[in-house]
Amino acid sequence: MNFTLKIWRQKNRNDKGTFVTYTIANIAADASFLEMLDVLNVELTKKGEDPVAFDHDCREGICGSCGIMVNGRAHGPGHGVATCELRMRVFREGETIVAEPWRAKPFPVIKDLVVDRSSFDRIMMAGGYISAKTGGAPDGNALPISKPISDEAMDAASCIGCGACVAACPNSSAMLFVAAKVSHLALLPQGKPERKRRVERMVSQMDAEGFGNCSNNYACEAECPKEISVSNIARLNREFLMAKIT
Amino acid sequence: MTLDSKIPAGPIEKSWDNHRFALKLVNPANKRKYTVIVVGTGLAGASAAASLGELGYNVLAFSYHESPRRAHSIAAQGGINAPKNYSNDGDSVWRLFYDTVKGGDYRAREANVYRLAQVSGSIIDQCVAQGVPFARDYAGYLDNRSFGGAQVSRTFYARGQTGQQLLLGAYSALCRQMDTGAVKFFARREMLDVVLVDGQARGIVCRNLVTGELEPYVGDAVVLATGGYANTFYLSTNAKASNATAIWRAYKRGAAFANPCYTQIHPTCIPQSGEYQSKLTLMSESLRNDGRIWVPKKKGDTRKPADIPESERDYYLERVYPAFGNLVPRDVASRAAKRMCDEGYGVGSTGRAVYLDFADSIKRLGKSVIEERYSNLFDMYHEISAEDPYTMPMRIYPAVHYTMGGLWVDYNLMSSIPGMYVLGEANFSDHGANRLGASALMQGLADGYFIIPYTIGDYLATQKFKPVKTEDAAFKETQAGVAQMVTKMMSMNGKKTAEEFHRELGKIMWDNVGMGRNKAGLQKALAEIPKLREEFWSNLKIVGSAAELNMELEKAGRVADFMELGELLAYDALHREESCGGHFREEHQTEEGEAKRNDEQFSYVAAWEYAGAGKTPVLNKEPLTFEHVKPSQRSYK
Repeated sequence: MNFTLKIWRQKNRNDKGTFVTYTIANIAADASFLEMLDVLNVELTKKGEDPVAFDHDCREGICGSCGIMVNGRAHGPGHGVATCELRMRVFREGETIVAEPWRAKPFPVIKDLVVDRSSFDRIMMAGGYISAKTGGAPDGNALPISKPISDEAMDAASCIGCGACVAACPNSSAMLFVAAKVSHLALLPQGKPERKRRVERMVSQMDAEGFGNCSNNYACEAECPKEISVSNIARLNREFLMAKIT
Repeated sequence: MTLDSKIPAGPIEKSWDNHRFALKLVNPANKRKYTVIVVGTGLAGASAAASLGELGYNVLAFSYHESPRRAHSIAAQGGINAPKNYSNDGDSVWRLFYDTVKGGDYRAREANVYRLAQVSGSIIDQCVAQGVPFARDYAGYLDNRSFGGAQVSRTFYARGQTGQQLLLGAYSALCRQMDTGAVKFFARREMLDVVLVDGQARGIVCRNLVTGELEPYVGDAVVLATGGYANTFYLSTNAKASNATAIWRAYKRGAAFANPCYTQIHPTCIPQSGEYQSKLTLMSESLRNDGRIWVPKKKGDTRKPADIPESERDYYLERVYPAFGNLVPRDVASRAAKRMCDEGYGVGSTGRAVYLDFADSIKRLGKSVIEERYSNLFDMYHEISAEDPYTMPMRIYPAVHYTMGGLWVDYNLMSSIPGMYVLGEANFSDHGANRLGASALMQGLADGYFIIPYTIGDYLATQKFKPVKTEDAAFKETQAGVAQMVTKMMSMNGKKTAEEFHRELGKIMWDNVGMGRNKAGLQKALAEIPKLREEFWSNLKIVGSAAELNMELEKAGRVADFMELGELLAYDALHREESCGGHFREEHQTEEGEAKRNDEQFSYVAAWEYAGAGKTPVLNKEPLTFEHVKPSQRSYK
């Protein structure tokens, strides 16, 4: 397959950045979007041009490293896939494909398509955990947890922290990311003792990082590669309210 | 080099308890005065850094990723073993120990394996306390499943995302310590050398991957938890950035490298489909619990699988290994698939694939049960192959996926460099020549949560540390060496990219040092690798500068190390004139084509010592003795 690519090139954090157009030929339909970029990068390197920087690692949709706005959509067309799982067969022959980084103030561009998502780590540091010190845990079966609750916690816990929710949101809100972690831990009995402190601190850190608020746009859920439900945001709001009034 | 494994004397059931009691402790008030450097923050590194931080040590943790949550541990699917005997099927510490020693084809240390089995139960407890959402039954208790090579159900799992959930658990514990300030996390830093002062590991030199600056860091001990070296083969199931640079550069500073030829080929991967392909995708072997593996009975049969009647299918694993069937260990399953394809029974466009069929299970259990168990794997397969595994069998083929070899460590997990510890896949310690399914997560977390926190204290408590600064000669010289290598790579301005060299290396490795190895092939690899390396060091092309984010430069450094490690791997495989576990020498097989060990001559750990550039490495042998599990020919019939 052949494509025209319009790729965002930005040398570093301070550079203004611009789109650059490339053409690429003979791409296998089964190749992934990132494998297509690999081919482009070998061609660019051979020509003495700077290859396109992009984050990637596992290439099977679980590490959350990759994240490219493809044709204006986080992780490109399709549902429930990360950019590494996006196959070239979903594009039309000869199509012009636009690739740009996540655009959000709390995700500054480092280079080209690579952004700094350390704001997510700082939100996690503010309470995305259960304070269980190594060594003091009771037997794993000492605390039965009903299967539906456990399954629901697992649904929320499957977030890969890629940031697509933020990139897709018109307000650059990180509510789905925060809600997934708050839900996962608040649903489980182990997470209950810290639930108030957790939600207050995580939300406050989220605000401090400059993420916007939720205006029920649901773009986050639509673009989430793990299809995490916005009902978690409702739970986050309830948790937050309960923490504030009790 | 003398290798002292420090295996405690006395009965094996008591050895870890006795050893722990004998270890010296660091006074609680003094712990913060010690700085521990942890390189790598996957399961082993994150659990170690978090646990050491909780104890009060001052921890500096480094990762080339942007966040600890990106480490490749996250991609582990199937589960984690622990002999809780929740299934009441006769499991025990002793049985897990026995299975692991046997599964490793009698090339692991008994004492290490026993300890691993002993602490594994606490890992489950710890993870549950952290909020890891393990699968549960309707009564609310933890669910177990059986997993490749085990006849009991001892595998705990979180759908097909167990590694993700365990890593997120360890990452959350680490975040808590980062929040308190006990652990300082350095993202996007790649360790390029370890700094030795008076023979002790006292620091590291990193490259800041964003600015390109070389940064020295001082500590009292260094912990490497940087994963395995399967990417030596280019096409593997490892993540793209997974590399051996940290352990390889430590090897060149004097850390012995043990059993590099023990590499594991995973039987249930999605077959390669084209040259562009950048990596292979693994699907959890838990699929083998409900899937049946078969090939057509007729060679070169090109009919669609649905058109091949039952009587014309060969369920070869069930036929050859009736006791274990589709659940034989990984090495046995992988070689059987290769044999069927070599003989012309392979399926798919390349003929390098076998079928994994769920039709019977769907009929027996219903589609919803199969969905519940494997939906994410089925989706993944569908995504990649554009075929629906609910209605037609998957095509699978083995791929390199894990490396049992690694830096040599003693019972305390200390390498042959004093003060340098090695955890998780980066060390060689517990899996012998073959790792059983669901044991990698177990070992990584055992090392990090329950072993290093005790053993490192003994070292810190018993050493005298002279003050060291980054201005000292040892740091300056090490940093200068790293700078020189970076400059050399940037200055060649040749014609080939690092990726191309890596692909070529991978082809040499897979063709000659892959699933089946023989003397001629290994010698061929040993002749070709140095030639490729020579070309690399004169014809490499990297664009851009070293003073910025330069992913080509990062890759080039890793490929440079893979090309040296690949040679050692082939060299070790050539020297080991036997077949054991993942190391299969075609000259040494039984009449039925199974691995044939040579216990008289090769019941030892081969710990290779770096002898300088271009020199033959020195072989050190640590003899293995088996007092509890009597070596026998593994049989899964």
